[in-house]
Amino acid sequence: MTTEAAPPHGSAGTPAASPTAEEFSAVQQSAEFAELRSSYRSFAFPLTVAFIAWYLLYVLLSNYAGGFMGTKLFGNINVALVFGLAQFATTFLIAWLYSRHAAANLDPKAAAIKARMEAGE
Amino acid sequence: MSHTLRLDLATTTAAGAGEHRPLIMTLFGLFVVATLVITIWAGRQTKDAADFYAGGRQFTGFQNGLAISGDYMSAASFLGIAGVIALKGYDGFLYSIGFLVAWLVALLLVAEPLRNSGRYTMGDVLAFRMRQRPVRTAAGTSTIVVSIFYLLAQMAGAGVLVSLLLGITSDGGQVAIVALVGVLMILYVTIGGMKGTTWVQMVKAVLLIAGALLITFLVMWKFNFNVSDLLGKAAENSGKGSSFLEPGLKYGITGTSKLDFISLGLALVLGTAGLPHILIRFYTVPTAKAARKSVNWAIGIIGVFYLMTIALGFGAAALLSPKEITDSNPSGNTAAPLLAQAVGGGADSTGGAILLAVISAVAFATILAVVAGLTLASSSSFAHDIYVNVIRKGEATEKEEVRAARWSTVVIGAVAIVLGALARDINIAGLVALAFAVAASANLPTILYSLFWKRFTTRGALWSIYGGLISSVVLVLFSPVVSGNDKTSMFKGVDFHWFPLENPGIVSIPLGFLLGWLGTVLSKEKADPQKFAELEVRSLTGTGAH
Repeated sequence: MTTEAAPPHGSAGTPAASPTAEEFSAVQQSAEFAELRSSYRSFAFPLTVAFIAWYLLYVLLSNYAGGFMGTKLFGNINVALVFGLAQFATTFLIAWLYSRHAAANLDPKAAAIKARMEAGE
Repeated sequence: MSHTLRLDLATTTAAGAGEHRPLIMTLFGLFVVATLVITIWAGRQTKDAADFYAGGRQFTGFQNGLAISGDYMSAASFLGIAGVIALKGYDGFLYSIGFLVAWLVALLLVAEPLRNSGRYTMGDVLAFRMRQRPVRTAAGTSTIVVSIFYLLAQMAGAGVLVSLLLGITSDGGQVAIVALVGVLMILYVTIGGMKGTTWVQMVKAVLLIAGALLITFLVMWKFNFNVSDLLGKAAENSGKGSSFLEPGLKYGITGTSKLDFISLGLALVLGTAGLPHILIRFYTVPTAKAARKSVNWAIGIIGVFYLMTIALGFGAAALLSPKEITDSNPSGNTAAPLLAQAVGGGADSTGGAILLAVISAVAFATILAVVAGLTLASSSSFAHDIYVNVIRKGEATEKEEVRAARWSTVVIGAVAIVLGALARDINIAGLVALAFAVAASANLPTILYSLFWKRFTTRGALWSIYGGLISSVVLVLFSPVVSGNDKTSMFKGVDFHWFPLENPGIVSIPLGFLLGWLGTVLSKEKADPQKFAELEVRSLTGTGAH
């Protein structure tokens, strides 16, 4: 199974001055990287589950709760329209929340690790 | 009854369209000339592989966000959604929501890691930790299949649009239009590469948004900017009353159609982040941060556009009679241009003629920009994944690689012209839904496992790609999209369908995830922890990114 040639140079992108495999492994094991990873995952993963659940709730209500969705709120504006617009609003909101989190908590950590690795320390 | 957006071949023509032909042709000609000038200019600056595949990675987040919007909003979103809302009311709006929410998957899980760890194609990331040749072959196959299905839908859509808007109904005329679209997209991509394609998509996005804003403004003006009045008039005019404003007219008819809607909803929300022509756009910016910014811009632009589908769709329902819409096209695909004519002053007015021409030209521009992106995605994957890394085993020079990419553009373009000319009669809905379903079933599971699951192996990757690909294609083959429904199936008069749904997503997406997991746990070969360490560090920090 492993008789094939090693990944050809350049295919997976290995620039000349890139850190070695050992360095990558060492960084991956470091506390600093663990913090970056958990800061990313603990934000992005639950949020993904949440927005997919919220979207599926909308799909299911549209399918199986027509009466509720058709309830008029004011004028000709019904629950279905407001619910649909709420999906737009939450999409914009989540995009903004994630970007704020990334700028404050992920980018500085990532930049520090990258700078150190590329300087060859 | 169809559960997907369709631009099916109608034989009737938009009211009085033939008279406006010179104006539509002139506007369309202007767009073609302008984009060709841009392409030639971009071609002069295209020197190496990074220029050709990734536009030199020098676009800003905003520029790329605009180009992503131009790449994503196809004729199906513009004409199709407006048409479905105009005829079926609220259910059409469900598409707008699925197409938008899907971007969060790209933003939260895919865009940045992909930008950091890949180089030119989706295959770069999928094959990173794996044995190169089998995984790149699989990634290339899936990229080309998804892109060709999507491409065919757009090409066939171009033929339909022409027959409807220009009154060209002869076979020869339609084939000529498909060939013209094909030749233009080959020119954009071979000459301008990613740089030219990106600029074409940016121009198109601006035109599309401007056109939609103009029509939205004129519609809302007629209703004194009162949304409730607009909806009330739409419900009354549709003849269906308040149920027109509620979900269910299109999908709520039977238990099967409801299930089909869930299936479609899943494919829409999970497919976007697996569409290769969207993924390669993230390589055109210098950093992961810029990739994030471009998705944010895209979410903003696409979101505003889909909000306007409310005004376009319900506006058409309020200001046109259902008969006017279906007489022109049974699926409502010409509702938006007809609405433009109506708000411009009606069929006999100069304002109406000008607006109809403008919106028709925008629809053509839309198709051209999308097909260019699709052609680029499939030719890059063929050249970079299959030719260089499988056939030449990574031993090709950059010059040879770019030459291969240009030649494969010509070949894929030629294949698309031939298939597009043959496929003018087939159900386009099946193709678009299939593209999203394959992307969600084959590509997304493999991308997510590759990036986030340490134990994922080559066998797992192959099983999820081929499993998702084959199951979605086979299920569609035996669905009512292909046979069994004499009104909407590709083949009329035969019935070999046994899968009840039109969209395979509800089965094939979980299957893709399941097979990726199963292939991995059944592997004799263990995942390489060092490769995973490298991918994880690169994808999160951008160390050594191209």
